[in-house]
Amino acid sequence: MIMFIVLLCQAGLPVGDGPDAEEILTRIDKNFHAENRVFTSRMIVHGRRASRTIVSKSWISGEDQSFSEYLSPPREKGIKMLKLADRLWTYSPSSDRVIRISGHLLRQSVMGSDLSYEDMMETDELAVNYTAEVTGEEKVGDRLCWVLTLNARKADLAYHQRTIRVDKERYIPLLEERFAKSGKLLKTTEIKEVMRVGQRWVPKHMVFRDVLKKGKGTEFILDEIAYDVAIPEHLFSKASLRK
Amino acid sequence: MLRFLLKGILRDRSRSMFPLLVVVAGVSLTVVLHAWINGVMHDIIRSSANFQTGHVKIMTREYADLSDQFPNDLALLGLADLQRELARDFPHMFFTPRILFGGLLDVPDEAGETLVQGPVFGMAVSLLDPNSRERDLLNLDEALVQGRLPRNPSEILLSEEMAQKMNIGPGTVATLLGSTMHGSTAAVNFKVVGTLRFGVSALDRGALLADLSDIQKALDMEDAAGELLGFFSDDFFQVEQAAAVVTAFNASRAQSNDPFGPEMISLRDQNGLADILDMSGAVIYGIAMVFLFMMFIVLWNAGLMSALRRYGEIGVRLAIGETKGHLYRAMLLESLILGLIGSAIGTLLGLTFAYYLQIKGLNVGDVMKDSSMVVSTVLRARVSPLTYCIGFLPGTLATFLGTATAGIGIYKRQTSQLFKELEV
Repeated sequence: MIMFIVLLCQAGLPVGDGPDAEEILTRIDKNFHAENRVFTSRMIVHGRRASRTIVSKSWISGEDQSFSEYLSPPREKGIKMLKLADRLWTYSPSSDRVIRISGHLLRQSVMGSDLSYEDMMETDELAVNYTAEVTGEEKVGDRLCWVLTLNARKADLAYHQRTIRVDKERYIPLLEERFAKSGKLLKTTEIKEVMRVGQRWVPKHMVFRDVLKKGKGTEFILDEIAYDVAIPEHLFSKASLRK
Repeated sequence: MLRFLLKGILRDRSRSMFPLLVVVAGVSLTVVLHAWINGVMHDIIRSSANFQTGHVKIMTREYADLSDQFPNDLALLGLADLQRELARDFPHMFFTPRILFGGLLDVPDEAGETLVQGPVFGMAVSLLDPNSRERDLLNLDEALVQGRLPRNPSEILLSEEMAQKMNIGPGTVATLLGSTMHGSTAAVNFKVVGTLRFGVSALDRGALLADLSDIQKALDMEDAAGELLGFFSDDFFQVEQAAAVVTAFNASRAQSNDPFGPEMISLRDQNGLADILDMSGAVIYGIAMVFLFMMFIVLWNAGLMSALRRYGEIGVRLAIGETKGHLYRAMLLESLILGLIGSAIGTLLGLTFAYYLQIKGLNVGDVMKDSSMVVSTVLRARVSPLTYCIGFLPGTLATFLGTATAGIGIYKRQTSQLFKELEV
């Protein structure tokens, strides 16, 4: 009986001292959110036969507009991607065509990586898309983390449920598991290294893994990032894809 | 004796008509069913071989495990060397490389923006190589609905159903968006020069056919292919012969642990065809045996009735001194003649209908429209040398066995009672 009362009292309360789940999500979003940002990154795709490193530069404004250009290797050089709200286009210099990515193609891999176009389309605002519950505490490496279980607020999200381990001090999700509606684990994300940029903690080295694939995952390394820099508005237009 | 029996059969029609009709019906059904099953099985094997499996197929070991996903990152490399080696070691066969791939076909409007797009199942085969036999294997000349076959690089064929769905036809330039074997984005422009209807639902839903060299270039697969299909030069698949080729090829590579090393698989071991191959022979003989048994029962009964009707005749023949053994043998010979005549007529009738089904076929397109099996939508019978003689086994054996069983009654007749029975 005493046990039952204790469990009842614990239900709905955050585990341990600290902010509740919604507040943690808001602080994660606040850490990531910026008016705009420009970054250069490397994506190391570990294939079954060989690995490839793809270098790209991205310009992002708010949550709805982004523009990316692939810089190397030669095969990818000049490929561009434009995201405007829920629409995505790609430009390939070899065909000189602007093609809209939609439908089932959104679930396809981007450049053979463990990321899909759908992953790229996602907004960063977790608090808008998911309800959260603190389900425990755990150490990831030497960092103490909250364990949060997120459930989708909307039916059309790529992942119905997520489990994230959020650094208690830096409010950055160090480990993440993404699940389908059936409960099947689809993808994992691990932040291996973070860096301080101004007041923010930013992932420097991440590993994405599509667990349905037989592979070693895709590494993402952030080389340079600048926040709140001026980005010309015309960049976020289809005309800029061909330039 | 033979003449006497023949006269009896022809003149006393009430004696021969019923057994003859039973034999004709049974034999003609056996013949038609044999030709039909033979045709369907042959079609399944031929379609599978030409479109999917070859008589043998070579893939890398890793590719073979995931072949239904078209994992071109696991494709065969060093294709030219491998083909040279195969031509040297197996001169009685020819090998043809193929690349299967998935992608999106995007058709632009006048401004170059996406007008319409749809997912396609792509197959790259040697279309421009004058020595290639793909044109015959895939029956392209007959499958062509609109336009022409590719004559130049960057020309493709599209399934008629897909072309209609996208409202495009020959002359349309479209972009194929896919992935290279290294995972990069591939976006290549092609010109649709013709549309095809293979008569195979799985392909007609959304197939794109391109020249191998175009796709090798587009998907970064120079000197590489997902699959290498091997065919016996006489176009005839034989289980034992294929197994010997597979054993010889794989034995030479048994020491290698390279997961990307080539591995050969027989048609029999692909797509569950082993069951179909085993079943086809069993079904054909099973049908013959069922008809043999059914006709035996009917003719045994007919023999018993006949013996009753011919009770007097048999009695007279015994009374005038014909031995029971001679009479029994005469009746067996009579049944054998009846069985042969019935089998000949039944085979003739069955062959007529079987040839009709071989030429006209039966359209099962509606039933197969959602099927993923690579089988023709028009199923046809196939008359083989065995079809000509398969009906004679149940036809003659059933009449013979029927009479043999019913005729045992002759030996039960008491000669001393004959005159009393005949009321002489």
